[in-house]
Amino acid sequence: MSDVCIVGIGIHPFGRTDGLSGVDQGVFAVRQALADAGVDWPQIQFAYGSSDAAGNPDTMVDRLGLTGVQFINVRNGCAAGGSALFSAQMAIKSGEFELGLAVGFDKHPRGAFNALPSEYNLPDWYGEAGYMVTTQFFAAKIMRYMHMFGISTETLARVSEKAFRNGAHAPHAWRRQPVPIEEILAAPLVSDPYTKYMFCSPAEGGVALVLASEKKARELGKPLVRLKAATMRTRPPHSFEVFAPSVDVVADDSAPRGTATRIASADAFRLAGMGPGDIDVAQLQDTEAGAEIMHMAENGFCADGDQERWLSEGRTEIGGALPVNTDGGCLACGEPIGASGLRQVYENVVQLRGDGGGRQVPHQPKTAYSHVYGAPGVSAVTILER
Amino acid sequence: MRAIAEGLFTAETPPRLLGGRERATGRVVFPCPAGDACDPVPLAREGRLWSYTVQRYRPKTPPYAGPQAFTPWIVAYVELPGEVIVEARLVDVGFDAVRIGMPVRLVPLALDPEAAEPLAIPAFAPIEGERA
Repeated sequence: MSDVCIVGIGIHPFGRTDGLSGVDQGVFAVRQALADAGVDWPQIQFAYGSSDAAGNPDTMVDRLGLTGVQFINVRNGCAAGGSALFSAQMAIKSGEFELGLAVGFDKHPRGAFNALPSEYNLPDWYGEAGYMVTTQFFAAKIMRYMHMFGISTETLARVSEKAFRNGAHAPHAWRRQPVPIEEILAAPLVSDPYTKYMFCSPAEGGVALVLASEKKARELGKPLVRLKAATMRTRPPHSFEVFAPSVDVVADDSAPRGTATRIASADAFRLAGMGPGDIDVAQLQDTEAGAEIMHMAENGFCADGDQERWLSEGRTEIGGALPVNTDGGCLACGEPIGASGLRQVYENVVQLRGDGGGRQVPHQPKTAYSHVYGAPGVSAVTILER
Repeated sequence: MRAIAEGLFTAETPPRLLGGRERATGRVVFPCPAGDACDPVPLAREGRLWSYTVQRYRPKTPPYAGPQAFTPWIVAYVELPGEVIVEARLVDVGFDAVRIGMPVRLVPLALDPEAAEPLAIPAFAPIEGERA
């Protein structure tokens, strides 16, 4: 079967854009992606759009043109963008269409996500007692991981320090000022062991990708960036997830538990016919500094506990053996849920084209990996090849 | 002290937490869900700390119903051997003295001790004289 190719990319800068709705930021990204691909809106045969909190994506046909295009909205928690991309590539792989769009955007209020128990099938007392706070889960998960595998607080700080340093070179990033590691460690704690610089913030932004069949991509004369795999998976038994009043006991709790990430990753590598050692650059979900650490292992790039050495040796730096989160990830870009997974793919296309400027991975990377994870135990992975 | 919700604690003194055992699989969960898929099952009073964090800022209201004046508190996951790992507060221990694996015992806690009618939430405290 021929590959699906990404022929156009567009992004509305992440962060805070007062006066511009989420949909507007999505439209901005779509126009940029169309121009990048050298196609006009009427040529687009279908679109999948993802947004969690900023309205229905299909309403953007008002601005883009009433061409009658098929436009399907996707709402799938933190995997929304990945799900839109998966659906878009299937529409082309099936032979139904040859040129389409995956777009994601969001606009969240300031501060931590405010969730109510009823939205998660939980009793009211759980929220009254103070547990509807996502940061508690992320902190408790890394606290146990640090205990099990000897990860230090300094290593968490190194992740944040790298994120802001990389973000400084990404025009679409939100936080573009490097922060010294001492300042990251000395900052106020939010949820132990995390200080305020170790969590990403809910944010705004929009990303669009134009996808084409290989035949169409050749007609357009674009460099072929092939989507070798796109997977979206849900959690296995016994996993530890956000908003969990209880967690299963297991016979042997000395190894990490199964996660949606492990499943999505293993399946993506199988589909692409590659292994972790074949990847030149990776964007891994970094909701907080520890997430990047745990996801390095969950995606198969290193063994549990090796991150301590990897970070101190700079192996995940732009010039390292496996550059991770080259645009600063969620820590520097913030997290608009519907757009976040597509931002990773955007950044990977930039890297594969060699357009990364000050954050460009050297030696012409040929393969790029992206991974999102989030509530309620969902994960999406893509592998691109140039 | 009245419990924050029905069906969280047993009626005995001192109380235990009430979990639910899934009829189909035997898996134990907490709290016991409504409906007939689970049978209520009293859980062990003692267990070991599985993981934790410190809540350093006041959660948003609603839904949080704790005191307006905020002092940080510990969120714990406690493994009750062979049963289930439950989320609860951890009290009577300094933040720097908390250790994963430390033995703890159930001690219901007032969510807001100053309230006219304080409501009890699940909490654990270290067991004196025992080490992790």
